[in-house]
Amino acid sequence: MKQAFMPLLVVAAGMFAYAPVMIARGDYEASMGIVSKILYFHAPSGMVMLLSAMVCGVASALYLWRRDRRADRVAIAAAELTALFGLIVIVTGPLWARKAWGIWWDWEPRLTMSFVGWLIALSYLFVRKYAGPGSDKLAAALAVFGAVNVPFIYVSVNIWRTLHPKTTVVPTLPPGMRGPFWYCALTLFLLYLLLMTARVHLERQRAALDDLYLAHED
Amino acid sequence: MIRRSLMAISTFAQTVVLTAVPVVAFQPPPGQDGFVPAKNLAQTESIPAAPLLVTAYAFIWIAAIFYLWTIWRRLNKVEADIRALERTAKRTAP
Repeated sequence: MKQAFMPLLVVAAGMFAYAPVMIARGDYEASMGIVSKILYFHAPSGMVMLLSAMVCGVASALYLWRRDRRADRVAIAAAELTALFGLIVIVTGPLWARKAWGIWWDWEPRLTMSFVGWLIALSYLFVRKYAGPGSDKLAAALAVFGAVNVPFIYVSVNIWRTLHPKTTVVPTLPPGMRGPFWYCALTLFLLYLLLMTARVHLERQRAALDDLYLAHED
Repeated sequence: MIRRSLMAISTFAQTVVLTAVPVVAFQPPPGQDGFVPAKNLAQTESIPAAPLLVTAYAFIWIAAIFYLWTIWRRLNKVEADIRALERTAKRTAP
């Protein structure tokens, strides 16, 4: 991955640069108009956020079970990325909702549960930073709850029929929207993979620094 | 006799008022004197979509680039600390 990182970063940057062209060419939904093009990044960001919360939860469970430091590094990186992509979802969603629904926010199940998922990721990071000794295990337990929340976020729109579109929207996108959507999704998944690699590397270097300090003190 | 006349007048007045109010209230709007071209219409409440769309995409770009920059900055700091510590360790080594 180390050798592939820079080429992949260039590919991701190129894909990001070309994304507006794809989006401009893509169709928009009839009743909502041009603002519905926010879909092309909003929904994939949500998918990446949910994936990241799951990765964080599974890695945390592994850490709690086996005390594997590598799993802990993956968990902390995934928690940060859950917070980042969650922020993107929470900011772009209301921008779309303002035009489509006439309101910035509604406390309906999908929005509320996504917000709670984002808060769990932030709580994880705050606990890691400020809770002192033992905070890694406490945060890991939080992350497991965050992962449990993910399926509920996903199915919430199908169980409780509210303002938010159902999960059937993405698989049934018309051809004019399908191409740009999956292009943007691929771009964001690639970006996630690269950010994850860089963030895990940072944790590895921090661990190496801690080891050096300990060795130096001895 | 006077009392009966007053009662009749009062009943008549009440009937007129009670029937006149709905009749006046449900009058159809006055007829148009002329057509107004659509381009001359007053601005109704409408939310422009383009600024919302541009804001959303700008935010995604800024958030991604800012996060990448924070990783790069933190990584540089940790690697500088590692190098400094390694130098110190070499100097103090017996």
